[in-house]
Amino acid sequence: MPFKKIVASALVAAAMATSGLVQADSVRIGLVVKALGIGFFEAANEGAQEAAKELGDAEVIYTGPTSTTAEGQIEVINSLIAQKVDAIAVSANDTDALVPILKKAQQRGIKVVSWDSGVAPEGRQVHLNPSSNSLIGEMNVKLADEALQATGSEKGDIAILSATPTSTNQNIWIEEMKKVLPQYPQLNLVATVYGDDLADKSYRETVGLLKSHPNLKVIVAPTSVGIVAAAQAVQDQGRIGEVFVTGLGLPSELAGHVDSGAVKSFAIWNPIDLGYAATMISYNLVKGESSDSAIGMGRIGTATLDAEGSAAMAEPFVYNASNVHAFADIF
Amino acid sequence: MEKIMHKPLLPRVSLSYRLLSWEFFLLLITAAVFVINSLASPYFLDPWNLSDASFNFVEKAIVALPVAMLIISREIDLSIASIIALASVAMGFVAQTGAGSPLIMLAGLGVGLLCGLINGLLVTRFQIPSIVVTIGTMSLFRGISYILLGDTVMKDYPQDFAYFGQGYVYAMFSFEFVLFLVLALVFYGLLHKTNFGRRTYAIGNNPTAAFYSGINVARHRLILFVLVGLVCGLAAVLLTSRLGSTRPTIALGWELSIITMVVLGGVNIMGGSGTIAGVFIAVFLMGLVTFGLGLINVPGIVMSIIIGGMLIGVIATPVLLKKFRNRKPAP
Repeated sequence: MPFKKIVASALVAAAMATSGLVQADSVRIGLVVKALGIGFFEAANEGAQEAAKELGDAEVIYTGPTSTTAEGQIEVINSLIAQKVDAIAVSANDTDALVPILKKAQQRGIKVVSWDSGVAPEGRQVHLNPSSNSLIGEMNVKLADEALQATGSEKGDIAILSATPTSTNQNIWIEEMKKVLPQYPQLNLVATVYGDDLADKSYRETVGLLKSHPNLKVIVAPTSVGIVAAAQAVQDQGRIGEVFVTGLGLPSELAGHVDSGAVKSFAIWNPIDLGYAATMISYNLVKGESSDSAIGMGRIGTATLDAEGSAAMAEPFVYNASNVHAFADIF
Repeated sequence: MEKIMHKPLLPRVSLSYRLLSWEFFLLLITAAVFVINSLASPYFLDPWNLSDASFNFVEKAIVALPVAMLIISREIDLSIASIIALASVAMGFVAQTGAGSPLIMLAGLGVGLLCGLINGLLVTRFQIPSIVVTIGTMSLFRGISYILLGDTVMKDYPQDFAYFGQGYVYAMFSFEFVLFLVLALVFYGLLHKTNFGRRTYAIGNNPTAAFYSGINVARHRLILFVLVGLVCGLAAVLLTSRLGSTRPTIALGWELSIITMVVLGGVNIMGGSGTIAGVFIAVFLMGLVTFGLGLINVPGIVMSIIIGGMLIGVIATPVLLKKFRNRKPAP
């Protein structure tokens, strides 16, 4: 019976494979992303591979589900546990649903790091945020100041275009901006408007700002929807050069507006650095080269861990005419 | 009585012979996958790894059993994944009141049963095709889950609730896996050894003839829909326990993987034929292929392509073989 033969040869083959198994010395890190085929994560993988090359004895396994589901990520993590990797660095689709499987991973001696999108503290050792609220607030004001200088004025009015009045992130960032503003007396905040993260409403609010504040020099939009709409409005109103738009946005959506001159510079996290730092942190955890309060991130510096093991990588990365096109292909 | 029942079904003797060879064919492929996996990865033949891998498909496999019967009776249920989600949400709310595991489980099973009843009544009372009804309820049940939970998560499950999805009966045999084996036996008995099962085939082969031979077709279908709903409730208990939390996106997209398992198992999508044994083997085939590819870190996108190709290949091969065989004796 052929079936018996197959089973027999399977067993022989398996025995051979297991006996021939040589445990590699290199540190194997599973980089698990929300879903494959997303530019942002492909870029993070690029950074992770860079870190692996720099370390020499590290190997990064880039993997993830095809759709952004927790169940898919669990399946992927399961196979990483089976492969006995040394560390798992995950950008989670679900803060809580991954906790049981990641606990299991930790029980089997695997170091777990979450990055970008975090896992509840009991499921991981370190969480790496791309940035922190205060750093984002500071960066937005700094960009506004740069934009003001670009208009050639020494003093000027600025306005904030936010998402919804109840958007937690936005409100925290605006709060942080207001904390930093006194250090920039040349910037005069005249209004905060809300475009609800809808392109048309953000556009109308921007037009309204331009009409009601003729001396307006800079519009800061810490939202990727708002910043695009505002740049379009400035262009359509023929105010390029007089009013600059800045804030947080995606290079792919803003490259055109950088070319048109409506946007001089803007910021967002750098996914390459993020993947690099997550890999470095995983490696250092495996090697035991960390303390409860600090862990190295290679060329990016040292991350400071809070009581829950969270850290902020760096201030948002600035994009302008010099690099926006290179990143526009990524995300 | 038994013999008399079999007489009118005589033409299916050749059919059942073919199905037998279909199952043998599936078994051969499964064995081949097993061999290839053991050769490809040294981590494959580890009992604990195989046990871990089983978690990824056992919940779907459990639902595949009643769905196979439903499809044999010429009906389909596309709302299965949404029923799981709604049942999970119900369990979340019950858990929030501080109820114990038995009550939470009862809520899941109850809501599952109720959803199945709604599907069944819509199909049988209003004579709406089941594909239409369940496309509707697929959005309806999922939509209710979204309305109830929104962006929030429920995770107030008691400690002992984790047993259903994370516990082990004996050594590496998980509760989920053992439950699946038991249910597979139960459904084997139900479909192949009882009058209820024979009526299911009769309805699937010719509902009109079945009706005129005295079978209460509507009631029979209603029972099948309720059965599917109930088992979805059970799957919700297992999955929720495994994830330790509920979000409205839970089990997203599962309806297609479950129906794929059933079809791969040789159940005729047009109704009338198929066996529990076939589905049982297909479940393992799918699970082993996915796990094996995961172990060698094949990206999920490539994995989908391979599984899609396998599905078409496995289903097309016997059809083509039959065509060749039929051509020869008829010159």
